[in-house]
Amino acid sequence: MTQLHRKDILGLQDMSSEEIQLILDTAESYKEILSRSVKKVPILRGKSICTLFYENSTRTRCSFELAAKIMSADTTAVSTAGSSIQKGESFKDTLLTLEAMGMDLFVIRHSASGAPHFAAKILKSSVINAGDGMHEHPTQGLLDMLTIRQNKGRIEGLKVLIVGDIMHSRVARSNIWGLSKMGAHVRLCGPRTLLPAEIEKLPVEVYDNLDMALEDVDVVNVLRIQLERMNRGFFPSVREYSALFGINKDRLRRAKPDVLVMHPGPMNRGIEITPDVADGEFAVITEQVTNGVAVRMALLYLLLGGGGHVGSA
Amino acid sequence: MNVQVTQVMDNNEIRRALTRIAHEIIERNKGAQNLVIIGIQSRGVPMARRLAKLISEIEGTQVPVGSLNVALYRDDFDKRPARTISASDIPFDVTDKRVVLVDEVLYTGRTTRAALDALMDLGRPAVVQLAVLIDRGHRELPIRADYVGKNLPTSRKERVDVHWMETHGEDAVMIVK
Repeated sequence: MTQLHRKDILGLQDMSSEEIQLILDTAESYKEILSRSVKKVPILRGKSICTLFYENSTRTRCSFELAAKIMSADTTAVSTAGSSIQKGESFKDTLLTLEAMGMDLFVIRHSASGAPHFAAKILKSSVINAGDGMHEHPTQGLLDMLTIRQNKGRIEGLKVLIVGDIMHSRVARSNIWGLSKMGAHVRLCGPRTLLPAEIEKLPVEVYDNLDMALEDVDVVNVLRIQLERMNRGFFPSVREYSALFGINKDRLRRAKPDVLVMHPGPMNRGIEITPDVADGEFAVITEQVTNGVAVRMALLYLLLGGGGHVGSA
Repeated sequence: MNVQVTQVMDNNEIRRALTRIAHEIIERNKGAQNLVIIGIQSRGVPMARRLAKLISEIEGTQVPVGSLNVALYRDDFDKRPARTISASDIPFDVTDKRVVLVDEVLYTGRTTRAALDALMDLGRPAVVQLAVLIDRGHRELPIRADYVGKNLPTSRKERVDVHWMETHGEDAVMIVK
């Protein structure tokens, strides 16, 4: 497979392992550009990319903008604050207005699950989901897989544990779909109140006890406790959460000796992960961020090529 | 439709052409001092490796060889679906080097143009020269090769196929009608 036959990237659930492989290989080849002293290639000259964010973001938005700029595309950032969204303009009208200005691709983050899918349906331009509600965050899933592949040489057969608030986490969902398609064994661990309903339908093993979950794993992906959502009594206290589900050095001894520790950020140091682990020898958290730029460059390149899209998601 | 394949070079002719080009490169550059060979991906790479080996044998010094991905510098991105090939692999600094770019067939010159831009983004070579096995004419840009294995007049409807031992199991050049 040498090309991507789709208009949009909405999630990893409907993506094939061949497509994931192609994106990871392409991203891999772009890492060289990031190490150059002059980080600029001309390929997307004249393309307009709009980042439309209805939720806050530092890394995802910057990462997309940087990826676009390195490839010479022009970027326009629209966020809720300071835009006509505050005057009550609908999502649909905002999209159509921006498309009429000539945007070739939209990067959309929205608190409503499915918002990018709606956008993809009404727009001729390409759409990349940069996180929709509690659904998916495909570029995070891809950059996590690239980081695992780079460090372990493979994804297939690895035991990957995702710890924390699975229910609210789009990162977890994209990881679960992507990793299981690529042949990894995915384990989940977190308080029962933070596991999604119908979890038995996901291709995962569920653990209540973190020490048992950590036994022999190759990778631990630590999720952020979304403190802004924690006012509804999902667990008794942050301290208790930290004692039962926080990743620390002692606990990590149960994992493989070369375990990778990942975190999608932003981190709550001292809650879901101790600072000595976050900055320690097993952590690849900054590498994830670098890989994020390469993955987004790959997607922009693969989606914006000429010759028309053969089918779409 | 009838496909007609005519062989225009066999393995001996290719070997002689490459040996001659290797000598010409050494002569023009007064030795292999500061010389590097870079194959344009994907099809220029086997020829670049061969030339580097020949020059190294003749001059008794190791000539560095690399491969260049020009996909991000092409001018037909809007016309063709985006395809991926492997990353450039140039394990040396090109600045102040005498660079010989290598491709198997020189046709419109557009790939060479992309390769020049890709190369300039990696550094500032002292000199850039171009070596090709086949020059089939039909240039669309003011580009010419410094070293040519064989000039082959063709029509635009024809295709020139080069087979390398490393990738196809034989050395041969064919015109496909």
